[in-house]
Amino acid sequence: MTPYLKIDHVDKSFHRGSRETEVLKDVTLGVERGEFVSIIGHSGCGKSTLLNIVAGLLPVTKGAVLLENQEVNEPGPDRAVVFQNHSLLPWLTVYDNVRLAVDKVFSGRRSRSERHEWTLHNLELVQMAHAKDKRPSEISGGMKQRVGLARALAMEPKVLLLDEPFGALDALTRAHLQDSVMAIHQKLGNTVMMITHDVDEAVLLSDRIVMMTNGPAAHIGEVLDVPLARPRRRLELSSNSIYLRCRQRVLEFLYERHSFVEAA
Amino acid sequence: MTMPALKAETPAVAPARLTADVVKLSAPKPGFVGARLMPALKSAAARIIPPLVTLTLLLVVWQLLCNRPGATLPPPTKIWSEAYDLIIDPFFVAGPQDIGLGWRVLTSLQRVAIGYGLAGIIGIILGTLIGQSMWAMRGLDPIFQVLRTISPLAWLPISLAAFRDSQPSAIFVIFITSVWPIIINTAVGIRNIPQDYRNVAAVLRLNHLEFFWKIMIPSAAPYIFTGLRIGIGLSWLAIVAAEMLTGGVGIGFFIWDAWNSSRIPDIVVALAYIGLVGFVLDRIVAAIGNLATHGTAAN
Ligand SMILES: Nc1ncnc2c1ncn2[C@@H]1O[C@H](COP(=O)(O)OP(=O)(O)OP(=O)(O)O)[C@@H](O)[C@H]1O
Ligand SMILES: [Mg+2]
Repeated sequence: MTPYLKIDHVDKSFHRGSRETEVLKDVTLGVERGEFVSIIGHSGCGKSTLLNIVAGLLPVTKGAVLLENQEVNEPGPDRAVVFQNHSLLPWLTVYDNVRLAVDKVFSGRRSRSERHEWTLHNLELVQMAHAKDKRPSEISGGMKQRVGLARALAMEPKVLLLDEPFGALDALTRAHLQDSVMAIHQKLGNTVMMITHDVDEAVLLSDRIVMMTNGPAAHIGEVLDVPLARPRRRLELSSNSIYLRCRQRVLEFLYERHSFVEAA
Repeated sequence: MTMPALKAETPAVAPARLTADVVKLSAPKPGFVGARLMPALKSAAARIIPPLVTLTLLLVVWQLLCNRPGATLPPPTKIWSEAYDLIIDPFFVAGPQDIGLGWRVLTSLQRVAIGYGLAGIIGIILGTLIGQSMWAMRGLDPIFQVLRTISPLAWLPISLAAFRDSQPSAIFVIFITSVWPIIINTAVGIRNIPQDYRNVAAVLRLNHLEFFWKIMIPSAAPYIFTGLRIGIGLSWLAIVAAEMLTGGVGIGFFIWDAWNSSRIPDIVVALAYIGLVGFVLDRIVAAIGNLATHGTAAN
């Protein structure tokens, strides 16, 4: 049986003038429905490139991405993205940012008031309903990411793609948001693919951790199952042996076997 | 003769105003409203007093320079006495050609409204088209950069040759003077739409029309308004040149006419009107820009 989302022997190279850089080489990965998969790897190895390929924002050089056995090669709301830098439209309010997505995705299928309700519902899900009339410039970085998440969730995507969603946040805000994401995933059972460079975050949130080798021509070095029961609580986990073992494995991969090489 | 009168007058005005302000500020201190009113008044005073002081100083220097025998330009006192009616009442009507400068400004503003309105519409459309294509941008930008330096006066003969009629030529001169910064800034704004917004649009599958209205225009709006603001200044600059053609009752033609009949004080008053109206126009466009872009403008 083929998995829900399948990245099938994907190669990706960029051409700049006559120079060609091979970023991804033969990346194959299956993600099951409802699964939470993290992709971890050193900076510049091609994580964003891989996520953008799944999102359809970048074309593959070779290979294919299949979602429910259908090839996807252009962007669409069935693969909603939460971008690293939130990407909210600054001229729209928090509500309107989410509403724009809701209106576009459900235009023919839901009435005006249903779309209004759905917008509010998603803002409540990320605890941002109180700021619905503010503009992005008036809210904090963590709040912006929450709104970005609400916008993505509101599209009812088949796969939720998160590109280092908490990368730019301080540790406390980050922990808060991780808890929110866990709770939402628990509640809605989304299929999630998340990029991170934070080992604790990867172990805490994921069912599986995909570790990428360094570029150029990065590929999947190892896939680690995280057999921790859900719901997970960060305080209890810090002394859990499975948690510590998984954490150790990822650290070994990143810092011993594939330690980051400067330059290149 | 006027010398002692003025010397007695100007120094007397400035200190009087200053002391009046000091009294006004210190008086409401004990009151309840004082706590809130005081800082507001203080900041208003801080903004109003320095320009008043410099203005007074300028007038004094001007008076001293132009009051000497052999001076070619009239001093402020002479302007005040000779152009008194023009200064005091902008909206008098004493005959078909003898009307207040307010009326003349309004006539000129109509002309500018047409020329600038066209420049705005066409500039934004052209800028949007050019901004779509890197090649159009690279090919046309140098041409625009050259054309935008051409003065309104220089466009006059070309304009007349093309239209063979003074009215459309005048409008064209205003249009052609102000359209370049609008085109250039719009194009730059369109080119600079962040990839993030394009990605959002792509994920949402916005069609071309939706992309235009919901992403492109709002994202480029701060740039567009910068262009519009430069444009309004330029189109108002072109009014004198434009009305040298048309004659009639505009403020631009008034200056040309006053020059031909050597009424220098009238010209000075008209210049003050033009300057003030230009300033107000600039502020209006800036304010509209601020409103329309919700203060996200130009960062
Ligand atoms: N449009 C492009 N053209 C050329 N090279 C590119 C392009 N986009 C990315 N690259 C290159 O591909 C490689 C991978 O980039 P990518 O952004 O996917 O890395 P990343 O793993 O997401 O890094 P980070 O953790 O810093 O976000 C980098 O070496 C980068 O220089
Ligand atoms: Mg990245």
